[in-house]
Amino acid sequence: TGAAPDRGAWIVEMELIRDRRDKEAFGRLFAHFAPRVKGFLMKSGTEAGVAEDCAQDVMVTVWRKAHLFDARRASVATWIFTIARNRRIDIARRERRPEPEDLGWGPEPDASQEDSIALQQDTDQLGEALRTLPEKQRALIERAYFGDLSHREIADLTGLPLGTIKSRIRLALEKLRHAMDQST
Amino acid sequence: MSIKHHLTESLLMGYAAGTLPEAFNLVVASHVSMCDSCRAAVESYETLGGALLDDTSSEMAPDGLASCLARLDGGGDEVIVPPRPAAPGTLPAPLRDYVGGDLEAIRWRPVGGGVKQAILPTSASASARLLFIPAGAAVPDHGHRGMELTMVLQGAFADETDRFGRGDVEVADEELEHMPVAEPGEDCICLAATDAPLRFRSWLPRLAQPFLKI
Ligand SMILES: [Zn+2]
Ligand SMILES: [Zn+2]
Repeated sequence: TGAAPDRGAWIVEMELIRDRRDKEAFGRLFAHFAPRVKGFLMKSGTEAGVAEDCAQDVMVTVWRKAHLFDARRASVATWIFTIARNRRIDIARRERRPEPEDLGWGPEPDASQEDSIALQQDTDQLGEALRTLPEKQRALIERAYFGDLSHREIADLTGLPLGTIKSRIRLALEKLRHAMDQST
Repeated sequence: MSIKHHLTESLLMGYAAGTLPEAFNLVVASHVSMCDSCRAAVESYETLGGALLDDTSSEMAPDGLASCLARLDGGGDEVIVPPRPAAPGTLPAPLRDYVGGDLEAIRWRPVGGGVKQAILPTSASASARLLFIPAGAAVPDHGHRGMELTMVLQGAFADETDRFGRGDVEVADEELEHMPVAEPGEDCICLAATDAPLRFRSWLPRLAQPFLKI
């Protein structure tokens, strides 16, 4: 009893941005994520000045797309990563990125708290597991994400600590498909 | 839905990391549209990407936040496209974007033996095409210099390794020589992507290769 369950980092800020267009909340999000996005782009081979501009672009996109953020599907860090990744594809290769069909997660307010808490816990555990990986394996994963490895060189990256999160996401998807089948 | 042949972990990770050629991204996005288990894998690799962000910090310019805040109230020129839900039809939504519609919008070109193809506009790092193989017909015996991904959209084909039905992906590399044959009964339509030209065994298709652009 007492304290509300921890809904995970940055979700409150995202809601303040989405519902109230709160610039102070945006400032907090910026202070945390903008340097990380900039660093990610630089480690991916982007020159510092361009990375600075792009990190700002990514944060502006976060503000504009705040209504598309869904805490049941991804943590804030995951969501911002996907925006940064797409921006990198855009600047480095000037090509479009085909996205999968959307499963149409409608508003489903009751289940959402619980799902987003569980997802956040898995995400935290994954981050923890990543920190305790052997240095060599961790470096290899980073190279895969920074674009230093070709898709063939990635082939040996097995045994990643993805098990729990993968099955959680899969369960959520199955629940959703089930709900869609019943509504049609 | 009974998908048996899935994408490899390295393709799923490469898609999440954003490092695959566009043509391969198209195959992954198409398969993921039909396959929840690969979708879950992509989303967990994206989570891994989010976790990696924690360790990449690089200081922003002193006026970074201020100049960002100044842009928030403007409308911006970026068009926000809401995610597209699945629509009934044969082609998954990401493919429809490239074709400009469902099956009837494909502009087929005959390549001989009743086989037809339609090359899709992607970046040059790998090529993507739709293939139409009449029921019972074969694609010439060939090997691969690079990686070839073939996803079945309609009908089914079989080769030396197995049978592939709707949603299945065959991942072929240098080690595989095969002759895919469409199952009798229904014409087979596939999406194929490759990062290097194919290598045909007989002289006839090799002559035709520059013309086929494969
Ligand atoms: Zn799959
Ligand atoms: Zn082949």
